[in-house]
Amino acid sequence: MENIKTIKIYLYTRYERLWHWLQALMIICLIVTGLEIHGTYKLFGFQTAVNIHNFVGLSWLILFAFFVFWLLTTGEWKQYIPTTKKLFSVVLFYAWGIFQGKPHPIQKTKGAKHNPLQRLAYLGISAMLLPVQMITGLLYYLYNDIPQIVPLPVLAVMHTLIAFFLLNFLVIHLYMTTTGHSLFSHIAGMITGWEEIYETTEIADWETQATKK
Amino acid sequence: MKPRYSLKYCLTMIVVTIFICSFQIVFASTPENSEEALGRKLARQAVKGSKRWSTIDHTKVTVLNKDFTSGEQITQACISCHSEAATQFHKTIHWTWLASGDKSDIRYGKAGYSVNNFCISGNAMEDKGCLKCHTSWNKKGVKGDVNCLKCHNSSGFNFIEAFGDIKAFSEDGDPDTDEMVKDIQQEIKEAVTKVNFPTRKNCGECHFKGGGGDGVKHGDLDTSLTKPNRMLDVHMGTDGKNFSCTRCHTTTDHHIAGRIYTNPAVETRKSLIEDDLAPKITCVSCHSSEPHKNDSKMNDHTDVVSCQACHIPEYARVNPTKMWWDWTKAGKMKDGKPYVEKGPFGKPVYKSIKGEFRWEKNVVPEYFWSNGSQTSTTINDVIDPAQIVKVSHPVGDKNDPEARIFPFKIHRGKQPYDKIHKKLLAPLLSGKNGYWTTFDMNDAIEHGNKTLGIPYSGEFDYVETSYAFPITHMVAPKENALNCTQCHIRENSRLANITGLYMPGRDKSNLFDTIGWISVLGALAGVLLHGIGRFFTRNGKED
Repeated sequence: MENIKTIKIYLYTRYERLWHWLQALMIICLIVTGLEIHGTYKLFGFQTAVNIHNFVGLSWLILFAFFVFWLLTTGEWKQYIPTTKKLFSVVLFYAWGIFQGKPHPIQKTKGAKHNPLQRLAYLGISAMLLPVQMITGLLYYLYNDIPQIVPLPVLAVMHTLIAFFLLNFLVIHLYMTTTGHSLFSHIAGMITGWEEIYETTEIADWETQATKK
Repeated sequence: MKPRYSLKYCLTMIVVTIFICSFQIVFASTPENSEEALGRKLARQAVKGSKRWSTIDHTKVTVLNKDFTSGEQITQACISCHSEAATQFHKTIHWTWLASGDKSDIRYGKAGYSVNNFCISGNAMEDKGCLKCHTSWNKKGVKGDVNCLKCHNSSGFNFIEAFGDIKAFSEDGDPDTDEMVKDIQQEIKEAVTKVNFPTRKNCGECHFKGGGGDGVKHGDLDTSLTKPNRMLDVHMGTDGKNFSCTRCHTTTDHHIAGRIYTNPAVETRKSLIEDDLAPKITCVSCHSSEPHKNDSKMNDHTDVVSCQACHIPEYARVNPTKMWWDWTKAGKMKDGKPYVEKGPFGKPVYKSIKGEFRWEKNVVPEYFWSNGSQTSTTINDVIDPAQIVKVSHPVGDKNDPEARIFPFKIHRGKQPYDKIHKKLLAPLLSGKNGYWTTFDMNDAIEHGNKTLGIPYSGEFDYVETSYAFPITHMVAPKENALNCTQCHIRENSRLANITGLYMPGRDKSNLFDTIGWISVLGALAGVLLHGIGRFFTRNGKED
């Protein structure tokens, strides 16, 4: 394949990146302590693990509230509207094209940061898994203080199962970051905010490096 | 471009650092001495000013300043001032040995149909060996007078023996012994004035030695509690609060608070704030139902877990306790004589008169749901000999609001039962017709059951039985309470057999855990394969 020239656009704002990495830190922390509480291994000690899990879990609620506020006020929620358009070609790319060196069928733009597969995955997580995880977690935390509508075993099993799904997401998500132009280009993009895209992609003037302030 | 980036990174780092540092708030708020726990504060208040005062000095009481020749005379002297004492006492289980206030109900009690798997039955007070612990003079049982000194004398003097000697000396007609009688009477006179509220030693004389010796029965009650340190018992420790038994076993009209056979010590746990006249018999009485520090997760446990479950990590921590008693082995002779064989801890592991024993020290309790009541299989109840017979067992389950997970000593053993009537049997042990004299179990049962009026078919065999003692004394200092992971752990949880609740760390759903792990490992395998694919196809790129 001929080398297509790549350029960089400023895709992720400062707040977005901070939110993303804080969220990553918290999720990993919650999974690690959560699995210890679940009895999978011994690491910090049960009591410490519970204390960390509770603290990070409650902090998470605050972070998530800011995230929702940001989504609504900036209109970024539109990034998560699911679409089947080109969904199949994205799937096909990861299943086949990627081995042939074909270009990704979707290029990231300011208006569409996520490809249709990402949109579906992130929407599922943000709108389904995370809220349920937060609700079950909060009900679990407050179990002795509020009416016990949902029995503890149900809460616990749901909370654990979703934790597994989030761990599943984490594994795939981490791997997917390596599928950029180079192994670390996506991760670099999430750190700096500047994501590499092909030059041929039509982008507005203000999005390019030249116009960045 | 560089300076701007470094500014951003600095900001990010600051935020992340603040976040991580705030962890310290979590841990800084838990150190031991930052604030006093509510339960500790309340309990301190509840036992303030514990010094009792009195308007009487018994050494100056004239009715006690005379030569007594029998125990009954002492009792009369006591009653001459404490006019209602005997009347009150006659109504209590310490006197009647029957659980019910109604005398015609002899279902539960040592003097009734109750049995255990130690010396089995009190044979309606006909087994005179048991009466050593009855609060009467000599072996008259309820037919005699109350021996007030058994609980209210600190001298440790053996009055019964002394009066026996006086009787023997005065009957022998030898003038030489008159002097000795006088000496004994002087000793009695001195001892009798040492009147007190019951001490640990008074109560322990029977309650530490129940079942025929030190630490045989309870496991959490033995002579180590006569002078315990606070490591053994925070409440009774002589280097701590130095509580007597009656500090918690509060008393009204000589009725002493505590569990009586099937009846719980209290129906509901109440703190003194809710009811200032409530007995101080439960932990909640003084410590409240949320005794731990504010926000402590421990306070979320108290609706399910008893205080004792965590705060008594092991029982029999100083003296060993008997865990097994096998009557089938009784009756073996050496050179035609009964014998005793000692084992570990210097305790007998075999006695011809009683059978085989096992002793243990630092015993981890067994845990059951308990609402404070216990079942009691009496000599008149039909049993299933194919099963281990639970002679006494805790009552309660998760759905009982009064039930908590509670620690127990379970004493197991084998004892005789009637093969035809399918009932436990009550062999007579001491005395000339007792097993300890005749070594004839069938005959001992014959005599023993007769005392209770329960028919015996003439055919007996042995059945394995268990007897549950709630563990509630020997409360350890808080630093020795259980860790979370002694229960919240997959393998060897102390609460492995407790059902009806979900415990994180102990429990999991096998189905959903499997689904979860398949999804995670599946994802790992998937990305690994995908990665390998990319590596070998080099992403389709040619060099």
